[in-house]
Order: sequence, then structure tokens, then C-alpha cells
Amino acid sequence: MAKIRVPAVEGMFTMQDPPHLIGGRGGSRGSYFFPKDLAGGDPACMAEDEREEVPLSRTGAIWSYTTSSYPPPSPYIVTTEPFEPIVIAAVHLEPENLVVCGQMMPGIVVDDLSVGAAVELRLDTLYEDDEHEYLVWKWDLGTEEAA
Amino acid sequence: MSVDEIAILGVGMHPWGKWGRSFVEYGVKAARDAMTDADVAWDDIQFVSGANTVRNGYPGWVSGSTFANALGFQGCQLSSSYAACASGATALSIARAQILAGVCDVALVVGADTTPKGFFAPVAGDRPDDPDWLRFRLVGMTNPAYFGLFARRRMAMYGDTQEDFARVKVKNSRHGVHNPNARYPKEFNLADVENSPVVSDPLRLLEICATSDGGAALVVSSMEYAKAHGHADPVRVSGISTVGPTFPNAIIDMPYLASDSWAAAGDEEHTFKDQIAQRAYDEAGVGPDDLDLAEVYDLSSAYELDWYEHIGLCEPGDAAQLLRSGDTAVGGRIPVNTSGGLGAFGEAIPAQAIAQVCELTWQLRGQAGGRQVEQAAVGLSINYGMFGHGSSVIVKA
Repeated sequence: MAKIRVPAVEGMFTMQDPPHLIGGRGGSRGSYFFPKDLAGGDPACMAEDEREEVPLSRTGAIWSYTTSSYPPPSPYIVTTEPFEPIVIAAVHLEPENLVVCGQMMPGIVVDDLSVGAAVELRLDTLYEDDEHEYLVWKWDLGTEEAA
Repeated sequence: MSVDEIAILGVGMHPWGKWGRSFVEYGVKAARDAMTDADVAWDDIQFVSGANTVRNGYPGWVSGSTFANALGFQGCQLSSSYAACASGATALSIARAQILAGVCDVALVVGADTTPKGFFAPVAGDRPDDPDWLRFRLVGMTNPAYFGLFARRRMAMYGDTQEDFARVKVKNSRHGVHNPNARYPKEFNLADVENSPVVSDPLRLLEICATSDGGAALVVSSMEYAKAHGHADPVRVSGISTVGPTFPNAIIDMPYLASDSWAAAGDEEHTFKDQIAQRAYDEAGVGPDDLDLAEVYDLSSAYELDWYEHIGLCEPGDAAQLLRSGDTAVGGRIPVNTSGGLGAFGEAIPAQAIAQVCELTWQLRGQAGGRQVEQAAVGLSINYGMFGHGSSVIVKA
């Protein structure tokens, strides 16, 4: 039987494929925030209404990239044995002008990446248990559709 | 703004290492050494300002009381503060405020840590509303992963090379061999660095700060108290910055998974780390050109280059050139991390900002031995605590 696909955390991204990150927008200046309610405030809009939920851009350009070449400590859940280095990109979303980190999709290595390269958002499995697949957003190298 | 100065009467440290004993023992050793150095008796201390550790249970969260108890409760006022890596500077700033307000004349500032092996991990428990939990859980973003992002960005923007980063480690190791409190008093060469394994691309194991045990302490007082107690010309604290960021912090930083958005205000270059030293410069009435040395928070080798730019030693993009010129080595124009830095010490979180001030004090007194900067008169330390605690101290001879 197929496992039930659930988000690894609630409220940070949509579950359709391809997904969107769920951002916030608020205040008289219309600043963007990610995560929607966890990101710190805009001091110019302190007393204003709650943030409106907005989908963030699915595509962006790599701002920088790196690896976690050794297994991160808990609460990260290591799923590969032996451990495969995690490739991580920080991506600039142009219209929102913010930078968001995420893992790269499996199979992508550091040498595939460059600062400025186009990427797009995907859903992928972060870890599993007997009944569930826990999904998270990851970045994939851009396709023509993304460009 | 000008802020009155306070005197540094005494400094003390417990050597950094992986000793596996209680942090209290390190703090007490450092405190006793600082009081001996100051020639101030424990009974005469009027205020203890502790810098907390969050990895050693309740005693670490009430460090002022813990250290005072270990030294023997004598009834003085106590404070315990936590600001991540900036905790030591925060503890010093509280002592300064007490002294300048006339609430006390002489204070002991102390911080110490006992650390687990390996990466720093978030506090236990499922906490999906904590950015520090989310970054580990969803992405596996360790602290070195952030250092790797910054290093790769330098390579892309400024043309820095991995060899430039390795040269920082080599330089600081040459300083650290002369420091009896350093954990790694060993000279490393480029090949040593290049042969160590990648931890977070493009950074290698020898370029990333380890977690260490250690303790550091200061005895500080009003200028009047110093004069009345035989310290005619003490090293002085002339400026302290404990500023937080201004929105929007466009350069992503620990422990967040995203930067602030600069869509509505600000610009893509704006970073908190450019703001931290300015407050200390303003208080002390000096600028980058007045510095004789600096202790900067080299969480990674490449990070030291970032700090050259953040504290104004050079323009953005020119740090690698400043390093290559030899200006930031002992004997150069503006030596940086004469202590050996975090590369030679590893990080003992609540002790580290205090240890930076210990080094500056020894340098300004001419007591730094084989790593001495000739005629050092003005020194700056800088670091910052995760989540947004700035920390910078300027001392003058």
C-alpha cells in the first residue's frame, strides 16, 4: 500500500507538485516574510494587521551553496547509510527579494552548481516511517519551464 | 555619543581544550587568576556578572550565582546573562553600566563552558516554531553550512580562493603557538589545511572552529577605584557595542532558513555585521584607522576575511588582498587574531568574548610574549551571537 504523503512541518509549503513556499506579506510597506509568521517583523509596520498568506516564487537564482558533508545532529533524520553529503543552496527569489535555503534534489552534486544558476522548487521525501512519507521543499536545477 | 571609561584591573583564563570537567572549575580558575592579576580580594568584589552556558543544566543558566557560590557566597550583587556567542560582552556591558551608574565600584565578569563533542545541536524536543530546530530538521543546516555559504559567496563575488581561506588558518596558527591558553598551539601549513576533509564546501575541517571547554574572566572597576587601589594607568574599556540588527537583514544568517526581504525597504548588501563595530567606534571616539590590533570571530577561516570588511579595515572585496599583503599578521600594519583566534582555540561560547578582551589587555600591557604587537595602544574585539546579538569592545592603553 502506498504511504501517506504528509508535510514534514505544517504551514511552510503547499503539497501540490510543484509546490510553493508559503510566505507572508503585511503592513503598509508590503514586506514579504518567510516563514509566514515565524520571520521577524518590519519595524515600520509594527502595529498593523496580521500577515496575508502569499505563495512565494517557485523559481530563483542561487545566491550561494555549500554542503553538510558530515551527518547533522538530531533533529535531522539521517536516511542514507553510508551518509551522503547534503547539498544545500541559498536561493534569491527576485520579486520578493529574499533568500531561502533548501536542500538540492538527490543526485545533484556541488560541481553541478554555480552562483547565479536558475533553480526551481520541488517536493521530495525528507524521511519516512512505516506509514508516511514526510515531504519537504528542495531546489532543483532549472528547466526551460523555469527559465 | 561618548561614554565614560572603566578600568580593566585584571584578566584571567583557564586554557581551552576538551578537558571534560565542570565549567564551574574553569570559571573559578579564570576568576581567581583575574583577581590575583588585579590584586583585588574576592571579598572586595561588589558585583559578579556571569555569562551563561545553556549546555550544562540549571547551574549554567544562573552562572553569576554558580560562580559566586563556588568562590564562596559573600553577599555581593549578582547577574546572569545569555546572548549566545555575545554573552561575554553582554556580561561586561552590564558590569560597565553598574559601575558607571555608581551602583558598584568593582566587578568580576566571568564566563565558562563545557561542550559536547561534534556539531552544536539545538535544544532537545520537537519545536517546529523554533528557527534553530527547523534549520536542522528540514535542511540539515549545521553552523558550518552557513560558514560554507558565506565562503562560497566570497569566491563568486570577489574571486577569493580556497587557498586564501587556508592562509588565514596558517597565519592564525603561527600566532597561536605563542599562546599558552590555546587549545591547538601548533603551526599548520597550507598542505595540512588542504589535506583535511571537507566539512561544508568549500571549507575544510582545519578551517572550521571546534567546540571547546574554557573559561575567561575580567576584574573591572571605575577609574576612581583603580587610582585609589594602585592602578595608576590601567587598560580601559572605551566602547562596548551590544547592538541588534536593523530590518531588513538581507544577508542570511544563523539560525534562519531565509533572509529578511528587501523588497519594500533596504538593499541586498545590508547586513547586521556591518553595524556592530560602529557603536563601539562611536563610544570610543576612534575609527578603523586608529586600531593597532583586532580580535575577530573567525568561526571559519573565510569568516575572518568578512570581518576585515565589516569592521572597516578595508573595502568590501579587498580582504583577501589585505591578508596576502601580510598586514594582518603579527609584525604587519594591523594584526588580527594575535591570540590565534578561534582557529587556535575553538569556541567556548560564554567565555569567548571575554577571552578576546583578555588578549587585547595583555597586548596593550605589553605582556603577550612571542605574539606581542609592538606599542599596541588601541584594540577592538568583535563577535556576534546567533539570532541577532552584536558584540564589540574597544580597549585603550
